[in-house]
Amino acid sequence: MKQSITATKVNDIKWMGVVKSLLSKLKVKTPKLEFKSVFKKIIVPIISILLFIGVWHMGAKALYNIEADYKIQKALTDQGQEAADAMEACILSGDISCQPNTLPSPGQVWESFNTLIADHKKISADKLEFKEKTAAINEKRVAEGKDPITYTGRPSFVDQIFTSLETVFAGFLLALVIAVPIGIIIGLSETLRNSFNWLIQVFKPVSPVVWLLLVFMIVKTMTKDSNQDSAFIISFISVGLCSMWATLVNTAMGVSSVDKDYINVAKVLKLGPFQKVFKVILPSSLPLIFTGLRITLSVAWMVLIAIELLAQSPGLGSFVWEEFQNGANDSNSKIIVAMFIIGIIGFLLDRIMLMVQNMVSFNKNATA
Amino acid sequence: MEMQIENKTSTISHENGIVYPSDKIMLDLKDLKKVYPTPKGDYVVLEHLNLQILKEEFVTIIGHSGCGKTTMLSMIAGLNSISGGNIAVLGSAIKGPGPDRGVIFQSPSLMPWMTALQNVLLGVNRVFPHASKSQQKDIAKYYLHKVGLDGAFNKKASELSQGMQQRVGIARAFAIKPKVLLLDEPFGMLDSLTRGELQDILIEIWNKEKITAVMITHDVDEAIFLADRVVMMTSGPRAKIGDVLNIDFERPRTRKAVLEHSDYYKYRKHLIDFLEH
Repeated sequence: MKQSITATKVNDIKWMGVVKSLLSKLKVKTPKLEFKSVFKKIIVPIISILLFIGVWHMGAKALYNIEADYKIQKALTDQGQEAADAMEACILSGDISCQPNTLPSPGQVWESFNTLIADHKKISADKLEFKEKTAAINEKRVAEGKDPITYTGRPSFVDQIFTSLETVFAGFLLALVIAVPIGIIIGLSETLRNSFNWLIQVFKPVSPVVWLLLVFMIVKTMTKDSNQDSAFIISFISVGLCSMWATLVNTAMGVSSVDKDYINVAKVLKLGPFQKVFKVILPSSLPLIFTGLRITLSVAWMVLIAIELLAQSPGLGSFVWEEFQNGANDSNSKIIVAMFIIGIIGFLLDRIMLMVQNMVSFNKNATA
Repeated sequence: MEMQIENKTSTISHENGIVYPSDKIMLDLKDLKKVYPTPKGDYVVLEHLNLQILKEEFVTIIGHSGCGKTTMLSMIAGLNSISGGNIAVLGSAIKGPGPDRGVIFQSPSLMPWMTALQNVLLGVNRVFPHASKSQQKDIAKYYLHKVGLDGAFNKKASELSQGMQQRVGIARAFAIKPKVLLLDEPFGMLDSLTRGELQDILIEIWNKEKITAVMITHDVDEAIFLADRVVMMTSGPRAKIGDVLNIDFERPRTRKAVLEHSDYYKYRKHLIDFLEH
């Protein structure tokens, strides 16, 4: 009995110690959260975002007014005073049929964003319903050896995002699979590096559009017999070819500029070529390779939009293009929504790459 | 024809006339020459350099900066090509670098992405390929223990201090059991306290392993404390061996005993006189 009491006492004392140390830690931490750092890290960014939205709003309003004035003026000169008055009233009433078509305001963009989300929910529900309806029939068809019926409705905005991500990852993987091994090989040999250099220098600045056309020429012929959709293949190969150059150049540079000390160590230890590459050269060039891969991924994401737009393959690019062609009242604001989504995804992809880079490389100083 | 005459004259000046029995010689530099071609013509770094180093001998090499000490050492290591003459280990001429000549570089040159243990294992793997993984680990751990890094086996090399890194460098060099150990100013980048510590560690392991060692240094006291013989090189270009000083202190030595020895200042004066001409 006595023992247990002392035990609890000891425990109490232990707990006191823990609490005390926690408190002291808190005390150390509190000054860090001083007003200055809060101001710098939280308030200033919020203010800058608000400022950005404010400027955008004012700009959009000014453009709206110019467009509206022009419309009224045109009605006046073409059809007279009565038509002009009608037009003015129509614009003021907010009727969709006569709204000036210009840069959308932040409010309109937000509205479109919500519309797109609602649209996605509706389409998802439709899909689910379709799946339930066709489940029994599909089972039968599969049993009979026929292809199951698939949903062929319009993809939602969110579906387009995922299609784009798929394409960009396929392209990125292609770039990785091509550029890293070639980069290592030409990095190891100066002769190869010199002989491939002109090729890299010539192809690196070629526009994504031209790559797309080149890939189109080849893939079109190669997929002539198959009835599969070649748009995806064309776009991901083009993305890969456009974006692989940064990785290729960085890998070759990383491999060729390994610290001479490490090479000497490998020589003294007489490491075999395999061990030399995998234990010394590759790890030491990882930081540069990853810098290249980061650039590749961001380039891939950037050119993807243009390539989808041209290749008519589904995704954010074709979404933007269709909205532009569509010319509906909220098309412009939908395009701006897509712009933000593209930007945010690009930013996130870059962050993910940075995280992976910091995880695998010994050089912990890599930053944005 | 001219070459032959040159060779003859050099044989006479061979190591100040002292001839060692060939079965005692570990490392033999004969009429060594190093030439770097430049746009203005050849630059001769080393010429007529003759040096014989005995088995189980610790030799330090001292000389002015840029006289070609490091060039000579990297030629012995096989990392630098030989322009003339030859280098033999146990009578057979060297062909490129190899683990029979371990090197401790001026910078620790550890792979920063590997742990201390992995760095040592890299060499052990190569030299003892038939040993089991655990045997290899034991060898690596033994030498890391010897350099006083018991707690740091699994620390990344990049997390270690400069002095600790050089300790790993020492462990790595000894762990591959080389015939000759080449040290290129291994403590030059360290503060004097750490340098003293590492000298003690180095000489302690060396006393045990008795590996023939050639060490370049700028530090006269270090040269005397560690060496059986101090080799003085003349200033370049066309550097060669200028003088050799035998250090007759008994081993194992302690720093205190060496500093208090009556001959210590005589040796020190000899070296400094040579360096100051």
